[in-house]
Amino acid sequence: MAASLQSAVFLSNRIDPHRRLFASPARSLPGTKGSILVVRSDGRISGRLSGRNLITNAVAVECCFTKADTPTSSTDSKPGHELLLFEALREGLEEEMDRDPRVCVMGEDVGHYGGSYKVTKGLAPKYGDLRVLDTPIAENSFTGMGIGAAMTGLRPVIEGMNMGFLLLAYNQISNNCGMLHYTSGGQFKIPVVIRGPGGVGRQLGAEHSQRLESYFQSIPGLQMVACSTPYNAKGLMKAAIRSDNPVVLFEHVLLYNLKERIPDEEYVLCLEEAEMVRPGEHVTILTYSRMRYHVMQAAKTLVNKGYDPEVIDIRSLKPFDLYTIGNSVKKTHRVLIVEECMRTGGIGSSLRAAIIDNFWDYLDAPIMCLSSQDVPTPYAGTLEEWTVVQPAQIVAAVEQLCQ
Amino acid sequence: MSAFSAAKILSPPPFVARFASEKSLCPFLSSPSVPALTRSALRSIRLLRTPLAVSSDVVIGQKPLASSSSATQNEDVDREVALVLYEDMVLGRFFEDMCAQMYYRGKMFGFVHLYNGQEAVSTGFIKLLEARDCVVSTYRDHVHALSKGVAARAVMAELFGKTTGCCRGQGGSMHMFSSTHNLLGGFAFIGEGIPVATGAAFSSKYRHEVLKESNPNGLDVTVAFFGDGTCNNGQFFECLNMAQLWKLPIVFVVENNLWAIGMSHVRATSDPEIWKKGPAFGMPGYHVDGMDVLKVREVAIEAIARARRGDGPTLVECETYRFRGHSLADPDELRKPDEKAHYAARDPIAALKSYILEKNLATESELKVIEEKIDNLIEDAVEFADSSPHPPRSQLLENVFVDPKGFGIGPDGKYRCEDPKFTEGTAQV
Repeated sequence: MAASLQSAVFLSNRIDPHRRLFASPARSLPGTKGSILVVRSDGRISGRLSGRNLITNAVAVECCFTKADTPTSSTDSKPGHELLLFEALREGLEEEMDRDPRVCVMGEDVGHYGGSYKVTKGLAPKYGDLRVLDTPIAENSFTGMGIGAAMTGLRPVIEGMNMGFLLLAYNQISNNCGMLHYTSGGQFKIPVVIRGPGGVGRQLGAEHSQRLESYFQSIPGLQMVACSTPYNAKGLMKAAIRSDNPVVLFEHVLLYNLKERIPDEEYVLCLEEAEMVRPGEHVTILTYSRMRYHVMQAAKTLVNKGYDPEVIDIRSLKPFDLYTIGNSVKKTHRVLIVEECMRTGGIGSSLRAAIIDNFWDYLDAPIMCLSSQDVPTPYAGTLEEWTVVQPAQIVAAVEQLCQ
Repeated sequence: MSAFSAAKILSPPPFVARFASEKSLCPFLSSPSVPALTRSALRSIRLLRTPLAVSSDVVIGQKPLASSSSATQNEDVDREVALVLYEDMVLGRFFEDMCAQMYYRGKMFGFVHLYNGQEAVSTGFIKLLEARDCVVSTYRDHVHALSKGVAARAVMAELFGKTTGCCRGQGGSMHMFSSTHNLLGGFAFIGEGIPVATGAAFSSKYRHEVLKESNPNGLDVTVAFFGDGTCNNGQFFECLNMAQLWKLPIVFVVENNLWAIGMSHVRATSDPEIWKKGPAFGMPGYHVDGMDVLKVREVAIEAIARARRGDGPTLVECETYRFRGHSLADPDELRKPDEKAHYAARDPIAALKSYILEKNLATESELKVIEEKIDNLIEDAVEFADSSPHPPRSQLLENVFVDPKGFGIGPDGKYRCEDPKFTEGTAQV
């Protein structure tokens, strides 16, 4: 929660009004149909209203929090409600299912079992077995089924019980999900959301600890986002469902029980934007998902040592938000990427290339990228710890960068 | 190679399928490999009528059926229907022949898979469908597109790679799509379309049960076409399971032309009788002579009606044959001349023509008029395609995303797609 409050203060002060216009969640482009709500920097709503109950954008609401957050107030009088990340995902999903009857869920154990991580708990009794469909264990086929349903008017949310299982669905995700809109000459849209937990957990073994974002990133036509807090989990879930593009939403096994206070009002986040977690001056640290927390832990140590890191949760893994990232690079001139993907061919590699392509002149030091080792995640706890990036390594990297 | 000799599956003698009245003749249950326990279990769980099948006479060395007129046992079709069927099959045949011509003249490229010889399957099924019904095909999809109603001009232009093609030139031969005609593709990898078809059928059921949309004629039906090679692929079995589990309104049509490029069906499949795989999942499995459009139509009527009622899926195996190679690049050296001759004698168009003339549904000259009409249509399609423009550079990035915000936010803070160079196709993405 602290992280988001910090970001709220920063965003309200630092982002120029012109930029805010593009940051609003449901903005439409000239000449396109679709969501048409524009929230201006001063909180006014302009443009054609769709009649929805969208009150304000995320940032404005968070600003309210900082002002109202007096030390003596009890938790009851604080605005918003507290919940865990998996509950936030469920809330977002439920709101979208209430709003649009074409939104449905399919996956293994999502219905009667409530989801292996409880994200869909309670939805099957409420919406029925067809809207929250328990599928047999056939990832390639039920993902393809979701795609066929999307082509014919539905908006499925396809759950991979573990992201790694979606390797079995790679055929459908690459060939059909990513490509059908193009190969059909724009005739069919595939508004699916493919979601599930991935990342390295606690001694889950190699196959349950995979990072599929690096495998999917080349697929044209796909958007990828990674959530890291209850706040952005709900917002991104809603945005992904509303988007007409196929979106892969990466969740992390270890983050499901994070607790945060989120607004009561409805909010939708922007799929293409990055999130400023901690503003700073000395070095830009780009990260996403679970590594955000390792970075923030390292940041505490770094602050004590006199450094001022700027931490950005990139959130959108494909496409990259080059504006937020660029502004940061132009300010600090030093970049450290901290990710959980393998060193070879991960999101970090692509991000490094994008920054070099676009912001080479602003760099005072080579871009450092801390990734997981190119090793199948071992079962042994000690070995597992050494495959992922730990806060101590982040501190050392920053110290090296800032010499 | 006696182990793979087709003679092994000869057990039931050939006969023609009839319906409910002949329940006693259930060859699939008498297969020696099915243990007694399974047989009785199958009988008890199946509440619907017992599935029937025609035994295959496809195997090498078996006496071939006489072509055309002696084969049909069904009710006669009237003149109107017969002429619609004839015209559709002629359209398919002439179109594919023109494709071959155009390919060798350097007007179309890549992998082109022609449907010559299999027209009875496409016409037999698709001419029974309504506009709201969906068709899902494979890379051998030109004729499915034409039967479903996609204009010959649009298909030809797509093959020429022109911007006026049904997919703006972006799909090509193996990716024919039409949202107006509910043609859901066109897929290059085999088996890939079957889950998509299952999804379309799921959507139909969902719209009926959850969204409470209903049509007095019943559910929207999806027909999935695929080949014999696909029937060894996991996606086939996974979808048979799901379709039957949820009683989806889908018909799985196997176009068994005995060859998957150069792989003979009996060399690739432990049990070559594909129709048997339907009952294994609890749905009826039919085997039908796919060179006879009237027989195909008869089975199709039943299968489609079943799906529309909400009774669930059907597996129909159509024994058919492609007169040309797998694709225009295939030298087609492995298929024996006598096999090809056997099926050439059973040309579905010649068969229907004989039937029409025999039953006096039309005269030879009336059929000639239809053929000329199709000739002109195809010529017009070629001219249209030839004179159509190639896609401009600006089309390159247009259909990557429905919502082009998916290209992301550029360093200047604007969405990439707002950059004027973006539509010109010269922007970096």
